[in-house]
Amino acid sequence: MTKPPAKARPHFADEGIEKGVQKLTGESITPVIRDILKTEGGARLKVYMETCAHCGLCSEACHHYLSNDRDPKYSPAGKVRQTIGEILRKKGAVSPGFIKTACEIAFTECNLCRRCVMYCPFGIDVAYLMLFVRRICHRLGVVPQYIQDTAHSHAATLNQMWVKEDEWIDTLHWQEDEAREEIPGLRIPLEKEGAEIFYSVIGPEPKFRAQLIYQAAVIMHVAGMNWTMPATPGWDNSDMCMYTGDFEMTARLKKAHFETAMRLKTKRIVMGECGHAFRSVHDVGNRFLGWKTEPLPVVHAIQFYYELFRDKKLTVKQKFDQPVTLHDPCNVVRGAGLHELARYIIHETCDRFIEMHPNREHNYCCNAGGGVINCGPPFTKKRVTSNSVKAEQLKAVKAKGANIIIAPCHNCHGGLEDIIKHYDLGMEIKFLGDIIYECIKKT
Amino acid sequence: MIHDIYSLLRGPMVWLAFCIFAGGMVFRITAMVGLARQKDRVVFDYMNTRYALRSILHWMVPFAGVNMRKHPVMTLVAFVFHLSVLATPLFLCAHILLVKASWNLSWWFLPDGVADVMTACVVAACGFFLCRRMLLPDVRYLTTASDLFLLALVASPFISGFWACHQWPGYPVVMMAHMLSGEILLAAIPFTRLIHMFFFPFTRGYMGSEFGGVRHAKDW
Repeated sequence: MTKPPAKARPHFADEGIEKGVQKLTGESITPVIRDILKTEGGARLKVYMETCAHCGLCSEACHHYLSNDRDPKYSPAGKVRQTIGEILRKKGAVSPGFIKTACEIAFTECNLCRRCVMYCPFGIDVAYLMLFVRRICHRLGVVPQYIQDTAHSHAATLNQMWVKEDEWIDTLHWQEDEAREEIPGLRIPLEKEGAEIFYSVIGPEPKFRAQLIYQAAVIMHVAGMNWTMPATPGWDNSDMCMYTGDFEMTARLKKAHFETAMRLKTKRIVMGECGHAFRSVHDVGNRFLGWKTEPLPVVHAIQFYYELFRDKKLTVKQKFDQPVTLHDPCNVVRGAGLHELARYIIHETCDRFIEMHPNREHNYCCNAGGGVINCGPPFTKKRVTSNSVKAEQLKAVKAKGANIIIAPCHNCHGGLEDIIKHYDLGMEIKFLGDIIYECIKKT
Repeated sequence: MIHDIYSLLRGPMVWLAFCIFAGGMVFRITAMVGLARQKDRVVFDYMNTRYALRSILHWMVPFAGVNMRKHPVMTLVAFVFHLSVLATPLFLCAHILLVKASWNLSWWFLPDGVADVMTACVVAACGFFLCRRMLLPDVRYLTTASDLFLLALVASPFISGFWACHQWPGYPVVMMAHMLSGEILLAAIPFTRLIHMFFFPFTRGYMGSEFGGVRHAKDW
């Protein structure tokens, strides 16, 4: 049948994609794809692709679709059709030019946020399908340059940001020194065997946001926790390889992380306010290691703070006095159901809380998640313009009086910051840890 | 000649259609489970009866999910359509009479007036789906020739059945078209997108299990 005239796809130059594609020929692509389809393309791929009734009920779940004038190319099923649908139809006989477009769609036009899964009557996992496309791109050596660089860092250093071992230890000592000016007896215990808590963070914390380690140390100290951090690689819980389709590396990273926690004979891993890392530790990486769930309990910061307030380990000196709103990050809400616990913490620490709509499982993604922000500057403009619906949502909650957005996820911070700047919203973003640090009684 | 075709359509072809339908269903489900055992073991590990049923149930109750409330007309049409498309042929008096004549078996049937309305609903819903496919850009973008063919395939036994039942002009021929299209439809179910009829509990149940058991979240 005749199709509506398609708008041309805007072109974004990315060296990782361009150079990767230059090395491909039609003949080199097909055997790779067929091999992946044969070895990894199982019942889920087949059933999802054959069950989709092409009804379009997923379209309105997607912020890319809603933000790009409802262009059908950006609907979840539309993206599936343009990528894996075409690959299956042609049995892998696709051109280098096709791979280039498919790579851009899978890496920068889907955040694997799984909102559409809640809108599909069949529960077809579009995130799984897009990740399958990313896996194909990875195997073909076509991955956006910036995110591939973080994957290289993971491979070489076991952390995301090329942080060397001595730099890691130095950073912890530096934050300990700083914090001891405020609380003289405070320690950041390194390599403490048998501690109850193994505290892990993502690479960007020591690299750019060292104050978060300071704040976490203060919270641990005030709550009287028996905790430690490792002095060896394995401290980073993040995982961009899960998003580039490099699943072998994902397994290596999680193995190092779990084994470091076990080497120190800790009882559980508590992690900072990161969404994708929680997905990797709780939902994805463990599977590649053959664990149904985590081999030792993993607790996200939201759940940890909730326990501290519930057990009266922390008391509030003065509640945060400006109205706040909460951005529910996909990986800890659709991915872990921690939304009510986050609200509990906010009610404990803040005077006034204003909900944004939609919220909880139905919140819109920040458009940074799923490795999209990690694809770097070539795609920044596209990333913010492809989330005007988030800007509208924020504008509406600002109009109700909330100027502070709490976002308990690093990627969400990055994504929302860019949106606030681009749409000139004049709002401020905070972690739960920022608020807790500011409000609790420290002596 | 006409009588030969008629006997063929009401005898061997019915058997053939039911055998392809049942055999195809068993084959597709067995093949899927086998493939999952081979390459997607994870599905068995995470499948969880409670959360699977929770999700399936939520998606079988009209307006229970957010997306169903966002598309009230589509929800209403889709539920009436699916109910009618399944119940009308199973509980049609004329169909049951045929079974009774052959095997002396019978069960509860719909009053003819109700069956008429439900048949009209199926046809109207097919028209609605066709309009959606033509008019909504996102649905149009996804539509392939096979989608239109399937809509026609589903609508035709209902249109011809209604026609023949009311003995409109040419009904003896239309009656045969009714039998033939019904048989083709039945046989096509396991081998086309209509397979969603069998796969729905599996896809929905698995996603419900992942959302409920692993992610502690709702999926509707």
